[in-house]
Amino acid sequence: MERIPILRLDRFLLVSIQVDMHDRLALTLQDDLTADIVKHRAKGVLIDISALDIVDSFIGRMLANIVNMARILDAETVVVGMQPSVAITLVELGLSLPGIRTALNIDRGMELLRASRESEGPTIGSREIV
Amino acid sequence: MAVERSSELGLGNQDDVVLVRQAVRALAVEIGLNLVDQTKIVTAASELARNTVVHGGGGIARIEVVRDHFKRGLRLTFEDHGPGILDIEQAMKDGYSSGGGLGLGLGGAKRLSNEFKLESRPGQGTRVTITRWKG
Repeated sequence: MERIPILRLDRFLLVSIQVDMHDRLALTLQDDLTADIVKHRAKGVLIDISALDIVDSFIGRMLANIVNMARILDAETVVVGMQPSVAITLVELGLSLPGIRTALNIDRGMELLRASRESEGPTIGSREIV
Repeated sequence: MAVERSSELGLGNQDDVVLVRQAVRALAVEIGLNLVDQTKIVTAASELARNTVVHGGGGIARIEVVRDHFKRGLRLTFEDHGPGILDIEQAMKDGYSSGGGLGLGLGGAKRLSNEFKLESRPGQGTRVTITRWKG
């Protein structure tokens, strides 16, 4: 079955969507990511959408779902690389993606993830046992 | 309004939605729509094609290059013989959804187009036509 690869870097998961996504592929990614967050005890997820030439309401909902599920599993998500034409269209479509953290590129996205991980401070209780 | 070219694609499943998006993109590039307008019409096409598959039980997409005096544009028609829409006013509202989506499909597609027409008869089907002009 067709899948979007998920890479692991330290405690972060990286996804770069490079294909024209049909709906099933989006749902598979959602499932795979949540499973991998648990499996690798990931603290952050970075999703690169710079190769996506549209984001419609279905893909928008998938992104929002991933962010929410990751948050429940104690991981932060950053969406990076949205093309300007996609951003303009999304707003007109009526999707403002509330609650989704974005960054211009992968470097900035990783900085955000690392910063939010560091700001968590020293390990407390059972939350951070590596 | 004159039709310069017309093609029809079947919409039976979600892979067809991707094919319709690609066909619309190719023609949008060909008639010289700028990148933002290309993105708008392709996104609108994606929403409406999905509606046809999910709510209409499948149908067709007609993609036409049209000319009105000196301007050219793309006209897209999505047609199904599904259950139709009972309350069109309601269906156009953002946030209204019968398919478990975000409910942005119809209203969103309208905002992304220059012209929008929705015809539907309960029990007989739905036809949505949108046009995006160049310039």
